[in-house]
Amino acid sequence: MQRIGVFVCHCGSNIAATVDVKKVAEWALKEPGVVHAEDYPYMCSEAGQSKIQAAIKEKNLTGVVVCSCSPRMHETTFREAAERAGINPYMVEIANIREHCSWIHKDMEEATKKAVILMRAAVAKVNLNTPLKPGESRVTKRALVIGGGIAGIQTALDIAEAGYKVDIVEKTPSIGGRMSQLDKTFPTLDCSACILTPKMVEVNKHENVNIYTYSEVEKVSGFVGDFTVDIRKKARSVDMDKCTGCGVCQEKCPSKKTPSEFNRALNTRTAIYTPFAQAIPNVPVIDREACIKFKTGKCGICEKVCQAGAIKYDQEDEIITEKYGAIVVATGFDMIKLDNYDEYAYSQSKDVITSLELERIMNAAGPTKGHLERLSDGKAPKEMVFIQCVGSRCSDDRGKSYCSKICCMYTAKHAMLIRDKYPDVNVTVFYIDVRTPGKNFDEFYRRAVEDYGVNYIKGQVGKVIPQPDGKLLVRGVDLIDNKQILKEADMVVLAAAIEPNKDVRKIATMLTASIDTNNFLTEAHAKLRPVESPTAGIFLSGVCQGPKDIPETVSQAGAAAVKAIGLLAKDKLMTNPCTAKPDELMCNGCSQCANVCPYGAISYEVKEINDHGVRETRRVASVNSALCQGCGACTVTCPSGAMDLQGFSNRQILAEVDAICR
Amino acid sequence: MSIEANEEFKPKIVAFCCNWCSYAGADLAGSSRLGYPADVKIIRVPCSCRVNPMFILRAFEKGADGVILCGCHPGDCHYSTGNFYARRRMTMLFSMLDYIGVENGRTRVEWVSAAEGVKFSTTMNEFVEKIHSLGKNVRLGDLRCRN
Amino acid sequence: MSIVNSQADKIKEISGSNPLKCMKCGKCSASCPSFNEMDIKPHQFVSYVQNEDIQSLVESKSLWKCLSCFACIERCPRNVQPGKLIDAARQIVVRQKGQDYLKADEIPELIDPETPQQLLVSAFRRYRR
Repeated sequence: MQRIGVFVCHCGSNIAATVDVKKVAEWALKEPGVVHAEDYPYMCSEAGQSKIQAAIKEKNLTGVVVCSCSPRMHETTFREAAERAGINPYMVEIANIREHCSWIHKDMEEATKKAVILMRAAVAKVNLNTPLKPGESRVTKRALVIGGGIAGIQTALDIAEAGYKVDIVEKTPSIGGRMSQLDKTFPTLDCSACILTPKMVEVNKHENVNIYTYSEVEKVSGFVGDFTVDIRKKARSVDMDKCTGCGVCQEKCPSKKTPSEFNRALNTRTAIYTPFAQAIPNVPVIDREACIKFKTGKCGICEKVCQAGAIKYDQEDEIITEKYGAIVVATGFDMIKLDNYDEYAYSQSKDVITSLELERIMNAAGPTKGHLERLSDGKAPKEMVFIQCVGSRCSDDRGKSYCSKICCMYTAKHAMLIRDKYPDVNVTVFYIDVRTPGKNFDEFYRRAVEDYGVNYIKGQVGKVIPQPDGKLLVRGVDLIDNKQILKEADMVVLAAAIEPNKDVRKIATMLTASIDTNNFLTEAHAKLRPVESPTAGIFLSGVCQGPKDIPETVSQAGAAAVKAIGLLAKDKLMTNPCTAKPDELMCNGCSQCANVCPYGAISYEVKEINDHGVRETRRVASVNSALCQGCGACTVTCPSGAMDLQGFSNRQILAEVDAICR
Repeated sequence: MSIEANEEFKPKIVAFCCNWCSYAGADLAGSSRLGYPADVKIIRVPCSCRVNPMFILRAFEKGADGVILCGCHPGDCHYSTGNFYARRRMTMLFSMLDYIGVENGRTRVEWVSAAEGVKFSTTMNEFVEKIHSLGKNVRLGDLRCRN
Repeated sequence: MSIVNSQADKIKEISGSNPLKCMKCGKCSASCPSFNEMDIKPHQFVSYVQNEDIQSLVESKSLWKCLSCFACIERCPRNVQPGKLIDAARQIVVRQKGQDYLKADEIPELIDPETPQQLLVSAFRRYRR
């Protein structure tokens, strides 16, 4: 028989205001096994914990029930306290009388009754608890970073600098990500390439970093400290070791009509291509859907002109399987599609562009060589209109409910750069709010207004109407003046909302990392664990977790690296002892449990069993407790009821059911 | 009508919630102060696939008027596939229960994520209302093993 | 006060839109084709309902200048849809006077044969509920 102590927490008035805690403690003493019950204002405090420890020692307790907040909050606290007092931490159970009782009920009598029942259920469970010992699992000292943008590069560099091996998997032919597409960066207006390319070179040269470009994560198995990942290295059709990056193949390639992904389809690229001049690795890729050789079999010019003999038409996708201790997701973002915003005439006029497209136009390496010009007729614009919050802050189903965070600042940047380079161009910005929290951010925006004469109008644009003469008629409103504005513009720039990369859902599913309704990866705790996924061993870096600018992305990337390093620095991890355990006497070796186990934790062994004096050789299930995560799928599948889950055993749950229905 | 018609009917409802999504959703309902009737008592299980049909039968035997199982949304299971097993098992169990006279309304599976405190609370409110409309569970009464 | 209050609530009820969701972006006023005719602009409508000043709304010219073109309803990013609020305020006026302006069987005599059928149907939908 257990000797159980019940400790009822007031949680200040959080519990005590609606639950009669004294009564709960009184009732507890009537439960079987309970030898001690008390209440205290803050059980989780130092004083509260020592009360529990004192009672354990004085009354020789073997089990503890704490009636308090959610076990997700303080289960570990109380288990550790109990362990320090000398009893097994898994002899402690929590009755959640705050989140599940006092906070949702108003009537004292009703809430107290429910609290008593919840306490009874916990006591009934503890009566059947057994001491459990956590196992150990090893940590593979290697990290995987998914995504090779600035977030991924920074995380990889930081981990590599700490002395651990890192692999970067990047989907496109080059690392660099969105930042490589930008022209200048706010609030200092330094050129994006100038600060990014040195980092790209550094990460490429680092002895601890291995980069898989044009590759994707295909399969993830395992768990924290011991992930096994299949990486599909897509066929580049170019031998990376032989290619010298001379670029002749790209010059000679006759297939030139594919829209350039890097330049946001504003111009075209060849079928064999590197996305941009500073690409790393500087090895081209053959786009097999555009390549004439792959489509018709005739061509092969690149092979003929390649002096290094690097072209390999018969290259095939390669699957690389590697083990990792930690995985960092840095999949970044894209702009939303503007199909649903027909009022802004994005699909009707070439002169209505997104901000990222403007970024390419302003860039010296972009489709217009850095000259600001209308894409329809190549003329220099005189009137430019910027529209903010296109698809951001929408509660309808056309856009995103969140603020994309970076648009206010990059629009101020664009406006300033244009006014600086082309002082004869008038720039008007329609805004709802200008949001500039950040170091030197508001000063930056004010400079655009005060020093560069950018015309900021508080109000939205209702419609952009392309005119027969090629101009764009913008109908907006000035809410301060309370006037409707009709303005002829030469170019309209839309600050389209950003959204997580579309592949992130697939990746999150592989990693069993949770994701929110906007496809942003969820952090383990919004405030206190912002760079960790709730799934152990998965870390979040950059915009995959929420909208961020470059400085924030870099700091989060560093934070994610630190968390990953903290994991990799450990030699062993304690594993959850609540694992499945077969009763060998009942097991008939039918293999049903192994079929449902998502972790491959169940194997079979043939061994001699002493079945009530009869010695027999049988095939029985055996659980690898380092692999078992304790989901319990096998326990229900087992037709003979041989499999049980420690810590959540059949008898324990039935006891809880009985206590609740009593 | 039942002899206890004068007494207010207080249903006994057992909710099995998976640790990762629904239990956290219930916590969120609590911290957002989204009320639901006190008749609902939650049992924490690691995953919806841990819920053995035996637990549900036992609950009805012991006098429960409704049993609800909550898990992560399909595809979001912490253990990747657990809720699919739960869904299949419960589909089978509920149809068998219906066959022996425990109406389908007394049993329910609902996917509640850790972010869906509102959904948890509205689900529980709806479920309790449904149980109220069905009244006391008498079907397994003669099988009930009373202490 | 209570009457005013209940009128604001009534507008919310009829329109089904919640003025508190408005983020004051002004896209409604930017979209409105009869903006210049109105004394209370579409985005101000939302504030008037928020502030429960229904009397001013009811007396405004705007009420009858709205074309019900639905541009603001279509484009409102926050599902506030001022057009619905304006329509609800119109309904309140129509209901307040407590009379049917036309009976269905009176219409054939008054009708101009050139009037499009659709207009009649939509007029009936709006005012004879």
